[in-house]
Amino acid sequence: MPPLPIPEHPPVAWYLILSAILFGLGVAGFLFRRNIITVFMSIELMLNAVNLSFIAFSYQLKQVSGHIFTFFVMVVAAAEAAVGLAIILTIYKNKSTLEVDEINSLNN
Amino acid sequence: MNENAHQLWLIPALPLAGALINGVVGQMRDRAAHAAAHGHGHGHGHSHSHSHSQGHDHGGHDSHAKPDPLVSMVSIGSVLLAFLWVSKTLIALGDLNTAYVERYFTWIASGSLNVGFDLAIDRLSAVMLLVVTGIGTLIHIYATGYMSHEKGYYRFFCYLNLFMFFMLILVLGANYLLLFIGWEGVGLCSYLLIGFYFLKKSAGDAGKKAFIVNRVGDFGFALAMLLIFIHFGSLDFGAVLPKASGVDTGILTAIGLLLLVGACGKSAQVPLYVWLPDAMEGPTPVSALIHAATMVTAGVYMVARSFPIYEGAPMAREAVALIGLATAVMAATIGLAQNDIKKVFAYSTVSQLGFMFLGLGVGAYGAGIYHVVTHAFFKALLFLGAGSVIHALGGEQDIRNMGGLRTKIPWTFATLFIAAFAIAGFPGLSGYYSKHEILLAAHHHAHWMYWVGTITAGITSFYVFRCIFLTFFGEYRGKAHPHESPAVMLIPLILLAGLSIAGGFLGIPHWLEPFFPKMAEGHDAMAGNITTLVGLGGIVLAYLFYVVSPGIPEGIANSLRGLYNLIDNKYYVDEAYDSAIVHPLEHGSRIVLWRGVDAGFIDGIVNGMGGVSRSIGGALRTLQSGNIRSYANWVVLGAVIFLVMLGAAGGAR
Amino acid sequence: MILNTILFLPLLGFLMLLFMHQRIARQFALWFSLGIFVSSLSLIWPVLANPGDMSFVTNTIWVAYPEIRFHIGLDGLSLWLVILTTLLTPLAILVSWKYIRDRVTLYYGYLLLLEFGLIGVFVSLDMFLFYVFWEVCLVPMYFLIGIWGHDRRIYAAVKFFLYTMAGSVLMLAAIIWLYLKTGTFDYFAILNQIRSGQVAISPLEQTLMFLAFFFSFAIKVPLFPLHTWLPDAHVEAPTAGSVMLASVMLKMGTYGLVRFCLPLFPEAARANANWIAGLAIVGIIYGALVAMVQPNMKKLVAYSSVSHLGFVVLGIFSFNQQGLDGAVYQMLNHGISTGALFMLVGYLYERQHSLEIKDYGGVATPAPILTTIFVITTLASIGLPTLNNFIGEYLVLQGAAQANFGWAVGAAVGVILSACYMLWMVQRTFYGETPDSVAHHVTDIGKREFIAIAPLLVLMVWMGMYSQSFLPAVSASNAKILEQTKVQATRSVPAEVANAR
Repeated sequence: MPPLPIPEHPPVAWYLILSAILFGLGVAGFLFRRNIITVFMSIELMLNAVNLSFIAFSYQLKQVSGHIFTFFVMVVAAAEAAVGLAIILTIYKNKSTLEVDEINSLNN
Repeated sequence: MNENAHQLWLIPALPLAGALINGVVGQMRDRAAHAAAHGHGHGHGHSHSHSHSQGHDHGGHDSHAKPDPLVSMVSIGSVLLAFLWVSKTLIALGDLNTAYVERYFTWIASGSLNVGFDLAIDRLSAVMLLVVTGIGTLIHIYATGYMSHEKGYYRFFCYLNLFMFFMLILVLGANYLLLFIGWEGVGLCSYLLIGFYFLKKSAGDAGKKAFIVNRVGDFGFALAMLLIFIHFGSLDFGAVLPKASGVDTGILTAIGLLLLVGACGKSAQVPLYVWLPDAMEGPTPVSALIHAATMVTAGVYMVARSFPIYEGAPMAREAVALIGLATAVMAATIGLAQNDIKKVFAYSTVSQLGFMFLGLGVGAYGAGIYHVVTHAFFKALLFLGAGSVIHALGGEQDIRNMGGLRTKIPWTFATLFIAAFAIAGFPGLSGYYSKHEILLAAHHHAHWMYWVGTITAGITSFYVFRCIFLTFFGEYRGKAHPHESPAVMLIPLILLAGLSIAGGFLGIPHWLEPFFPKMAEGHDAMAGNITTLVGLGGIVLAYLFYVVSPGIPEGIANSLRGLYNLIDNKYYVDEAYDSAIVHPLEHGSRIVLWRGVDAGFIDGIVNGMGGVSRSIGGALRTLQSGNIRSYANWVVLGAVIFLVMLGAAGGAR
Repeated sequence: MILNTILFLPLLGFLMLLFMHQRIARQFALWFSLGIFVSSLSLIWPVLANPGDMSFVTNTIWVAYPEIRFHIGLDGLSLWLVILTTLLTPLAILVSWKYIRDRVTLYYGYLLLLEFGLIGVFVSLDMFLFYVFWEVCLVPMYFLIGIWGHDRRIYAAVKFFLYTMAGSVLMLAAIIWLYLKTGTFDYFAILNQIRSGQVAISPLEQTLMFLAFFFSFAIKVPLFPLHTWLPDAHVEAPTAGSVMLASVMLKMGTYGLVRFCLPLFPEAARANANWIAGLAIVGIIYGALVAMVQPNMKKLVAYSSVSHLGFVVLGIFSFNQQGLDGAVYQMLNHGISTGALFMLVGYLYERQHSLEIKDYGGVATPAPILTTIFVITTLASIGLPTLNNFIGEYLVLQGAAQANFGWAVGAAVGVILSACYMLWMVQRTFYGETPDSVAHHVTDIGKREFIAIAPLLVLMVWMGMYSQSFLPAVSASNAKILEQTKVQATRSVPAEVANAR
């Protein structure tokens, strides 16, 4: 089987399409999954999808700011993950469940 | 000349030191004495609460209370020393043709305003100083006897000495603001002393009334000072008064009238006289010292001091005369129907103050001040004598429950009798000279003023002698057992009686003559005789009515029921003030301003705004379900809408 | 350097208190704040040597972009306010000694944090820095009322917070507007640019900015009709909160008016002086009348504050030396006498657990010394000569009379009324027969309580008898401020018009 005709320098659109697919998966997971951890991972997925497009543009435009943004996003995501997982742990301790629909203590 | 050679500051500082010593040391000694009398177990806080007994005038008799000799010594000593220092200074200063000023420190300085703490003596203040410290000493001596059974002995003398301090500042102050310190300060002490028997509500009310009515007067005084500074650029007497002739008449009139408002408050003139009769709630020495001899004459002093302003403002001067005359008449008629011995003398004080104002208003400043002095002698004597009577009867003040006391308390009777003759203008006694000078000046100014004044003088001698006859003649109608007062009270009475007799020969008019502008000469001898006769007529009439045939006054009162009720109720002035000013102000404030504007309107708006934002928030609150999935849906929805709008906006490009 | 130290010491104290054990918290807070007070006294002499200009200036960059400077300094105007703050903080701690029992560390911490914010407000010379400190003050006071207050404390705290926030948002907007115009937050830089005419500000812009600042300050003062947060806040606050609120916090508003409103926007200030003075006079009389019918002591004193602060505003907008001097002096006087009144009311509350006047009566019999002190404080508050308020009131009246005699007449009516409400309260509370309920609970003043109030009594007499210790410094600063408003005024008026006057 001949190798797929992958260009040496794929056009930026490919990256963007991949990013969009990842982002869409993230949104879908965010909307439809019930387990809070999965929801959380979906968010991370979306963030990384955006990171991908940043890098793609950065490469395309030969500018460094996209890289910098990506680093910022990663740092923030890491911090968010730490805080978020801590919250999830506490919720699990208190409610013994990870179903998002059953957690509504912010109601009103 | 040596700067501040005569240490004038010592004069007010001595009583101030006395007040402080009495207030601090006297109080500590009082507590110690109480603690000793009560044994152990009682804390300081409760040591007073056992005794609530009170008589009429003698508010809180306290069986344990013994006068603290230290307090008596300090209070009398400080005032006596002040008197001696005044005498020494006056002798050293000689003729005082120009004012002698001592400057101490800057009190207030701001921009072009510079008010110093400066004291000054001139001929006018010299007279006042002698009166204040001299009479003050006598009354302090008397008070140590009179107050000896009272609770709060130290407190009384602390206030009394404090009063002397402020009064001396008032007289010695070399500028209007310093005069104002004394002015407000004596008002404060008057408030404290009227309310001395603070367990009695009426005493507290009377003190408060005195202070507030005086504040109304001070309002005028303060505005006058503001005007003076604006137009003269200074508040020093030495800088303001010589320049008065060069200032516009309208401004001088405004200043003069505003000063008059102040004087009306302090010297109990119409329409602000209402506090003085109530002030008789205070102990009797207070009535004698503050509400007869010294403080209430402060208004007269202030107007006399400001005479260059009044000379340039004839309208303001006329107003002084009219108010004085109106006061004299009104108070004298009210005095006819009073039955409380102190109230009679209180109205007579108001009336005499009216005479002084009449004198000032017709240009006889010297005569006005002269009357201040003689009045201080005989009115202090009248009050102290009344106090002696009250003391003898254990607190009784109603003259209907007295009578026949002349044999039981002869010394009191004799001295009071002299005072009554003096106030009635009996020839040769002090009141005769000063009152005649005023009435003759009034005659010169306007005949009708003279006639009204003379008739009022007749009424005066009538009601004063009515009071004397009811008290000392006839049968004794009371229940208490009269006893003559101790020597410490009688000696001041006798000294004052001497002064009341000799007051006409002290040469005060002569001393003051160069100080004030000259009056036009030309006294009408006839007018003088008429005044004398009318005065004597009043005495005779009183004798007829109350000694010879006591049925007459009853009959007259019955036949003139309406008029009698009007006078008996003091022309309903207090009631009118109550319903015209006090009640509308209080209810208006409560109902309209507080509940209406404050709680209703302003807070209504504020809370209303809060309410609106609350209900908006309430509507939005339903969005917050607490369900993450619904939030996520909102986020996606928002993102979609945003993208669509972006597409719609940018897609067209 | 000294000023920096004194500014940040309270913050340090606050942070230390957070980690401190309950038992030693109040001891620590007291001695710490006393130390701050003593060291703040060293500020006096250098400033007095040159009161018209800023001393102890620190001017460094705080935030690089947009450029916000840490610019602080002290002149005759702010000196006494800083001293007042450092003096009242230990006294406020002392009056809370027994009364505050729960969350002690936090309580005293907030008092120190409040001190930090207040000092900061008075020394800031950068508009943004000023704003920051202004908001810093808000937080501890909000908690002091909201946590340790009386029954309706939440309502009062929220009302207090919202009112002040509404004003400070306007102020922030005006500060940013000024920044956009001038490119700096530094007060003196802005002032120089405006005065030299480097930046053109149209009359409309000036009026709007003036009003924004003015409303923010007027709410804090509080000027009628923006005052209704004050009675609620006072009634619900604990004693120390009331003391700090009345004595120092209200002065933030009047200080802001003098320091910023007049020099920055002189034309607008003069153009609006008439209705502002009118409101001040209405406030003087209105506050007094409403105070007269209050059944609650703290409310009475709160409304009397509205009346007194009306004098301050009136003096400021008289635009002359006497008026301004009187206003600033009155700020200090009010801080002392009203602070003392709130302390005394607090003492009574600790005994009888009521603020209603009708629950008292005849207190003079069981508590003569407390009564004496109360009466002296009352007399100071109603402006008796020889006590402090008289000098301030007199100077304000004199200044107002020079601006417009009618103003003085109106304001003087308030002087009469002040005697009415204060003496009435004194009479109903202290005189008359002593009911049993009072006799059983009310004891005379204790040693600690006396120590807390004694400095204020001394100051009442000192400031009333020898104002020269305090007034010259204030005068010098005010003269400078007046000159700034004047120069500007003549510059804006064409020469021939000015001559025609």
